[in-house]
Amino acid sequence: MAGAVIALALVLAAVTPGFFARDNLSDLFLANMPVLIIALGMTLVILTGHIDISVGSLFAVCAVISGVLAKTGWPMPLVVVAACAVGVLIGIVNGSLVAFLRIPAIVVTLAVMIGLREGLRWATEGAWIQDLPASYQWLGLGPRGYPFVVLAVVTGLQIAFGWALANLAAGRAVYAVGSSPGAARLAGLHVERVTVAVFAVAGALVGIAAVLNSVRFNQIPSNTGLGLELKVIAAVVVGGTAISGGRGTAVGTLLGVILLSAIGPALTFLGVSAYWERAIHGVIILAAVAIDAIRPVTVTRPAAA
Amino acid sequence: MTQTLLLDAAGIAKTYAGVRALKGVSFDLRPGEVHALVGENGAGKSTLIKIITGAEKPDAGTLRVAGRDVPHMDPATSHALGIAAIYQQPALFPHLTVAENVALALESAGLWRTVDWRRRREAAASLLARIGSAIDPARTVDTLSMPEQQIVEIAKAIGVNARIVVMDEPTASLTSREVERLFQVIGRLREAQVGVIYISHRLEEIFAVADRITVLRDGLTVETRAASEVERGELIRLMVGREISAVFPKEPIEIGEPVLEVEGLTSAAAGIRDVSLTVHRGEILGIAGLVGSGRTELARTMFGLTPAEAGTIRLNGIPLRVASPADAIRAGIAYVPEDRRQHGVILDMSIAANTSLANLDAVSRHGLIDRGRERAAAQGYVDRLRIKTPSVLADVGTLSGGNQQKVALARWLSTRPAVIILDEPTQGVDVGSKAEIHALMQMLAARGLAIIMISSELPEILGMSDRIAVMHRGTIRGVLDRAEATQSSILALALAPATTH
Repeated sequence: MAGAVIALALVLAAVTPGFFARDNLSDLFLANMPVLIIALGMTLVILTGHIDISVGSLFAVCAVISGVLAKTGWPMPLVVVAACAVGVLIGIVNGSLVAFLRIPAIVVTLAVMIGLREGLRWATEGAWIQDLPASYQWLGLGPRGYPFVVLAVVTGLQIAFGWALANLAAGRAVYAVGSSPGAARLAGLHVERVTVAVFAVAGALVGIAAVLNSVRFNQIPSNTGLGLELKVIAAVVVGGTAISGGRGTAVGTLLGVILLSAIGPALTFLGVSAYWERAIHGVIILAAVAIDAIRPVTVTRPAAA
Repeated sequence: MTQTLLLDAAGIAKTYAGVRALKGVSFDLRPGEVHALVGENGAGKSTLIKIITGAEKPDAGTLRVAGRDVPHMDPATSHALGIAAIYQQPALFPHLTVAENVALALESAGLWRTVDWRRRREAAASLLARIGSAIDPARTVDTLSMPEQQIVEIAKAIGVNARIVVMDEPTASLTSREVERLFQVIGRLREAQVGVIYISHRLEEIFAVADRITVLRDGLTVETRAASEVERGELIRLMVGREISAVFPKEPIEIGEPVLEVEGLTSAAAGIRDVSLTVHRGEILGIAGLVGSGRTELARTMFGLTPAEAGTIRLNGIPLRVASPADAIRAGIAYVPEDRRQHGVILDMSIAANTSLANLDAVSRHGLIDRGRERAAAQGYVDRLRIKTPSVLADVGTLSGGNQQKVALARWLSTRPAVIILDEPTQGVDVGSKAEIHALMQMLAARGLAIIMISSELPEILGMSDRIAVMHRGTIRGVLDRAEATQSSILALALAPATTH
């Protein structure tokens, strides 16, 4: 994984030094920032053996709500808090249905995904949010200051999640629940609480990502975030997190996002048709899953009985 | 008598990812005999079975079936040659009926053939009747108990007119009476000149059923002997390659104050009613009974996994409210479940992480895990319980069954319990590890721990328990003292017909 990213970087450095120009990297980073942030939450959800495909719709809902609140004069910090709160609320709904009613996560979040998307269409009547206040644009920091704040937030979140998964009892609980819910329950862990919590955290991160992304534009399209869930899940899986739960890291997810998001622009720089991007994504995802499928046979083979 | 060997395997070798599982094993099977295959975990029994059934290809050696060379054995060939295998875990389709499951083995393939449902049911019923079972062929397999599923597997094997039947730990989840039934079936197979390869960790069964015994150790055939010419102690010595005590390490310990007192515990969800029991400091209370008599369900209720409607649980005289495993752990109750791969340990996690999981607070401060302390604590248990591993950071999935069970034990000892419930603590564990686990139980009891041991193995119950509670239909039928308990007195209680309806 790390090898693939480094190999890609070396090829690009050798063939097209322009790729590493500061402006290009900055654009690439900001464009993929939502995937980067949401993928951290998705990593937690997938580690517990579940999945959340409602993040794209939730992203749109949080973005629109943040814009509307900003227009009615809410101060920016409160807008961020409100967007996160909406995310947490939906996360709790998702998590509770999965944990307590034992409905498969893909069904729950599919329903929520459609419900949110259609609800938003009904509420906005398809109109975009425009005339956003100056305090909202670039978080009120201007286009120069804004990227540094975003970089700081993303770096902070990445380090915090990586550290927490490895060192906190709560992180250990996430792995245990994903590896074997039965064993985790016997060990005294509250499996339902862990499940609700990971969905809630994922929701909060969607709220943050939605605000940070929306402030870059003059208007907020009510259909934003379409297909975002697939990009996020692909990055997490490519990053080595087992789709069945229990195995994976935050660093892996970071590398997964970098690999998938750098492929498209890299192709452009290399003069290959950009139409190949999606196909190459597909190949990478298959390769990642195949490696994961082959691994347990050779590595965790139990001693022959 | 000269006869063609049903199976003749010579010089079989197999290497997995650099590990030599079999280094040259020879094994043969005559018509109408039961040939037992014994050896510690890792000796190569399962690998040999996989080669005989065609699930794995050998690297070297020859395989002859009924006098004919079989250079390329695969599952289809093995099936065609009349080799059938019955595993510890029945491999049936849970949502299909018994008749359909049997038909899958019996009826010819062909996706467009039509099905005669009545004949299909009758065929299944007659096969089941032949082994003395009255299971309704119309039931779906997920409604059957484990032993019933095993019986369906046997019916399938008989149905295809198997010449060679492999039984890999078939009695692991059976009770004594069901084992008796199985032995009758084996007797009929023997009369029909079928060859049976029988694998079990339970030496009593081996001596009861086998004609010949082959001992494997470290991927080599140690010896093949007639069962009548070898005695228990010698067999164990051949298996482990060293002298180990074949007797239980039980020594009298002074029984102390009551630790756990349960009164009138009833749970409809668990199917247990009005259970009362007491365990004292230093005491091992055995819980015997048939599979389905409510032993595991009782443990799960005491541990807060299933809600109880009535009854009290007191620990050291203090009434407890146990609504969840977390409550039970905090109070000082530990539960090492049966089915360790599913519930006992987490195979994907390291020994260190497994050991600390039920008591993360002990190795962490404000939710932050101190990895150094966690490793040190795990190392302590690895040393004390003699867990064989290169490192405490090794995944538990890489350990043998006996060592996995010790990791499960370590997890629960780390919660510093006052009472520990061990559910089938030596199921599927090799002879050497078994003796070590028994010695550990003795040591823990000597330190004042109260132990409740659920076991289907009567010698273990008789050998390790101070008192024995026998369960029947969700309640305790009687409690026997160590001195008065015998296999027959336990069975009499376990099988007791319900006096009232």
